Formats: sequence, structure tokens, C-alpha cells
Amino acid sequence: MLIAVILALATGTYGFRVAGVLLRDRLELPEWSRHLLPVAAAALLAALAATAALTEAGGFAGYARPAGVLVGLVLAWRRAPFVLIVVAAAGTTALLRLLGVA
Amino acid sequence: MRTAYRTRDGRILRDVAAIGAAMVAVGASFGAVAVAAGLPAWATLSMSVLLYAGGAQFMAVGLIAAGSPLAAVLAGLLLNARHLPFGLALGGALGPRRWQRLLGSHFMTDEATAFALARPAGPERRRAFWLAGVLLFLAWNAGTVLGVVAGGAVGDPGALGLDAAFPAGLAALLLPGLRDRETRRVALTGAALAVLATPLLPAGLPVLLALAALVLPVLARRRAAAAPDGAAPAHPGGRSADHAGPGDDDESRVVRAGEASC
Repeated sequence: MLIAVILALATGTYGFRVAGVLLRDRLELPEWSRHLLPVAAAALLAALAATAALTEAGGFAGYARPAGVLVGLVLAWRRAPFVLIVVAAAGTTALLRLLGVA
Repeated sequence: MRTAYRTRDGRILRDVAAIGAAMVAVGASFGAVAVAAGLPAWATLSMSVLLYAGGAQFMAVGLIAAGSPLAAVLAGLLLNARHLPFGLALGGALGPRRWQRLLGSHFMTDEATAFALARPAGPERRRAFWLAGVLLFLAWNAGTVLGVVAGGAVGDPGALGLDAAFPAGLAALLLPGLRDRETRRVALTGAALAVLATPLLPAGLPVLLALAALVLPVLARRRAAAAPDGAAPAHPGGRSADHAGPGDDDESRVVRAGEASC
């Protein structure tokens, strides 16, 4: 049973992954809509980032996490190196939690 | 040319390593959680190797432990449906050969997609995809092994603030692309839709709902087409036949490729 669940999940997920890659060449898209593909990916990634920053299990994630992400965003805005952005975001959230902020 | 690639690879490697370090820790927490929930080690490890999708793995462990394996499959697939549009956007970025596309597809994650799309299309994007894809795969699986072995000794990734690291990293990779007005409008509207829908819809759907924001450019184009004498109104950059093509969304990203850090 367990192995069936894992294989079904793995096969289905790989199917989604490979389908888009292989479809890209066969799909006859009008020229104007082709440039929407990266825009669509950006919308999905932005939605992922926003929901991951703000929500947890369908509710608000608490203040510590969005505060850390906000620090990361400000640093990204100021064109800080990527490593610093990631470390500062995690560090801020960790520090706030250490201080008792949820 | 060779040295140029090497420096750029060095930068991408360093950036990927930051996310990779966080992935080792979260992978370890997955391994520990799965074993604690009663999953055998082989099942935990094969999930990380074969499924390789963090969100779906955590969700599946929870639902399997709760005795609803069918729900685990359905919820996991719903969560992963976003990979199809990622694949459409990446397309040839995985490489020209068939085996590259078949193998590379397995390494497709949110982070690898974001790293790749943040680079200009062509060889640089392909190298970014493969570097991020392979390294993050190794990081996730090394973390899982660590978690299975160390069990409860693995700390809570929340205490390290790692749940803030991933959205911050994604946002940082997206930011340069948002200089393009159309991308910015669609991405911000999509993100707002997803956040608002999160309390109402099952996991996975809110993120897919972000695609609804694509009506904005489509409507803008309709309006532009309906305008008399093609007096192309505010359509960003007049992205019509004149400079359409794979390059046009990349111009703004090239700026980042030159590395904003200097």
C-alpha cells in the first residue's frame, strides 16, 4: 500500500514536470502568447513566495516569518548579495522567535 | 569565455549553496518527522529520491499517518500541478537533447525554476538550471538521510528561521524580473489572489489561482487590438511583433545576471 502511494505520487509529479517541458515544443502557441509563459511562471513563484511568507496550514503564519521575509525583501531591493538576503531573512525570524515573537 | 563561465558558475554555486544549506536542514526535518510518524526508512528515502517535492512529501507523511493514503496522493498531486506551467516556461532551458529533458524534468523544483528563469535564456540559463537542480536534489536527499539516521536529534528548522529563508530567496530571484511592468502586475495580482484564497481552498489551488492574473495582459492586448489605427495604448513596451521572441522577457533579467551585488 505504502509503495503504491509513493509510486503514484512520484509518477504523477514527474508527469506534471515532464509534460510541460515536452509540450513546449509541440504546443502551437500564437507568437504574442509565448512571452506569457515566463510571466505565468513568475506569477506562480510570486504566489508561492507570498503564501509561504504569510500563511501556514490555511491561516496566518505569525509575525516572525513575514518580518524575516520583509528584511530579505528590503535587502534584495538594495541589491544585497543573495546569500546575505537568505541568511538575514532566516536570522531575523530566528531571533524574533528567540525573543518570544511567534 | 571559459573563465567568464567559471566566475558566473561560482556565483550561481554560492547562491544555490545558501538555499541548499537550508534544504539539508529541512530535508533532515522531513526524514525525522517521517520516521517518527512510523514510515520505514526505505519509504522515507525513496520519497525524497523518487517524488522529490518537499511540500507534497510532508503532506503525504501526515495523511498516510492519519490513515488516508488516497487523500495523500490526490493532495500531493494537486500541490505539484504547478510544475506543468513551470515546464512550459523552462522548455529548452533543460537542454536540446531528449535525455536532458527527461532527466532534467525530475530536478525541477520551485527554486531550480526560479534560479533558471532569473538568468538570460540560452546556455547561461541551462547551466543555472542544472547546477541548481542537481545540487538541491543532492542537498534534499543528504538531509533526508541525516534525518532518518539522527531522528529526534535533528533540531526544529523553525528555530533557525528557515521557513523565512525559502520565500525570501524566491522573492530575491523574482525581483529583477518585476522591473517589467506587465510581469510585475501579473505577479503581484497573482500573489494577492493566492494569499486571499489560502484560507478558502485546499493547498495547491491558491497558487494555481495566481494564473488567473494572466487575464490582465490578455485583456490589455484585446484593448490594444480594438483601439483605432493601432494607436497602441499603454501596452508595456509594445510587445508585439517588433521585438517579440524568447529574448524579450530577459532584457530586464540580464541586469541581474551581471550580479547586482557589486
